Amino acid sequence: MPKNSVFLLFYTIHDVLRAEKILKERGAAYELVPVPRNLSSDCGMAIRLDDGPKDIGQHLSGIEIAGSFSFDGANYKRLDP
Amino acid sequence: MIYLDNAATSFPKPAETLDYLTNFVTNVGGNPGRSGHTLSLEAARIIFDARERLTAFIGMRESERLIFTQNGTESLNMALLGLLKENDHVVTTTMEHNSVMRPLEFLRSSRGISYTAVACSKEGFLDLDDLRPAMKGNTRAVIINHGSNVTGAVQSLEGIREVVGDTLVILDACQTMGSLPVDVEELKADILCFSGHKSLFSVQGVGALYVRPGISLTPLKFGGTGSKSESVEHPLFLPDRYECGTPNTPGIASLLGGLTFIAREGLSVIVERKQALRRRLLEGLRSVDGVIVYGHEGKGARAYLPIVAFNIEGRLPSEVGYELNKRSIFVRVGLHCSPVAHQTIGTFPKGTLRVSPGYFTGEDDLKTFVEAVREIAKK
Repeated sequence: MPKNSVFLLFYTIHDVLRAEKILKERGAAYELVPVPRNLSSDCGMAIRLDDGPKDIGQHLSGIEIAGSFSFDGANYKRLDP
Repeated sequence: MIYLDNAATSFPKPAETLDYLTNFVTNVGGNPGRSGHTLSLEAARIIFDARERLTAFIGMRESERLIFTQNGTESLNMALLGLLKENDHVVTTTMEHNSVMRPLEFLRSSRGISYTAVACSKEGFLDLDDLRPAMKGNTRAVIINHGSNVTGAVQSLEGIREVVGDTLVILDACQTMGSLPVDVEELKADILCFSGHKSLFSVQGVGALYVRPGISLTPLKFGGTGSKSESVEHPLFLPDRYECGTPNTPGIASLLGGLTFIAREGLSVIVERKQALRRRLLEGLRSVDGVIVYGHEGKGARAYLPIVAFNIEGRLPSEVGYELNKRSIFVRVGLHCSPVAHQTIGTFPKGTLRVSPGYFTGEDDLKTFVEAVREIAKK
């Protein structure tokens, strides 16, 4: 897993896939991963962005993000909404 | 074998329907959005693609507001039971299917709603001006059958907002979806209900409804959604609020196949072909002595689906249907779950035969059918 990645959590798999569609269209480096247990007890999927938090809001405006966290390889840190 | 009951369910299906269905059952098989593994995700992607494609097909963008159901009836029940409360009034028409009339009757007796069924013409057409006197201060919704499963009459809704104002418009588009362009904006609909297994070519067991932003329905079902799993409260966000339990993913995959087929052929080509079959069918039936065709002429004769109700003078529809079945020609007889519509066109309680060719019906099939009717009429 790359250092300095960002985890995006969503309310529903529908939004995960909407976000994936946009990221794919824009050529972003990402992967769909199970929601990390230490971020949420939800059993769904999250998106890990591998090129940092840049332009998340711009890319994914209109999709409600339940939470975003930076990951430095050891620790998660909640990002401002 | 000649299958002329496509208004009940389309048959045969295009190869794409089977391909998408088989691919899901053979290669995917996971429970969508329920687990983090690849097959669960693949299943969720199929549903996502179908939802996006279907939303675009009806001219809308907010795909989370396109809710998958089991069939058109469930969609209509979700709209009516989810919306109407005590003392609400509903305006509807005398061409409705029982999938509208029965929920309304249930709500009348159980929740104290009231409804007014506005009379349509003998051909099955609604005059929008006739809605005006039926509208009341407590009218919560107007629900209209977009295309009749009995006569094939398609309602013109141009100018409906001038008549009903901001009152919610619910359309039953079970018969029109895939047989005509159905655009939610153009039709000024607030809720669109339809099934997948008719002219959208899915297998049976799939329907949908589109709910315009700003409208909230009370869900009919509560349970697992694969989201917000830490909570015992049902989620409020869409589409999860209205979809719970494992969905009919194979059926939804087959619907995606059907939509792929429609996109490949072109909806306009499909519409033209079906209208050509309708003309050929009418021409043939009208050439048979003793055959009575209901509608399909006079005012608004262009606005019909390829669904033709007819009788042979002095004969019961069930007898004629039996004779046709013996010749391996399959049509529907009776009241078509629409007793009110048959009262409107004057064929209650006997009913009619109903012939509904589909995109794959051959012109030769119609010729054979008409000759069989001619032979039966002579007996």
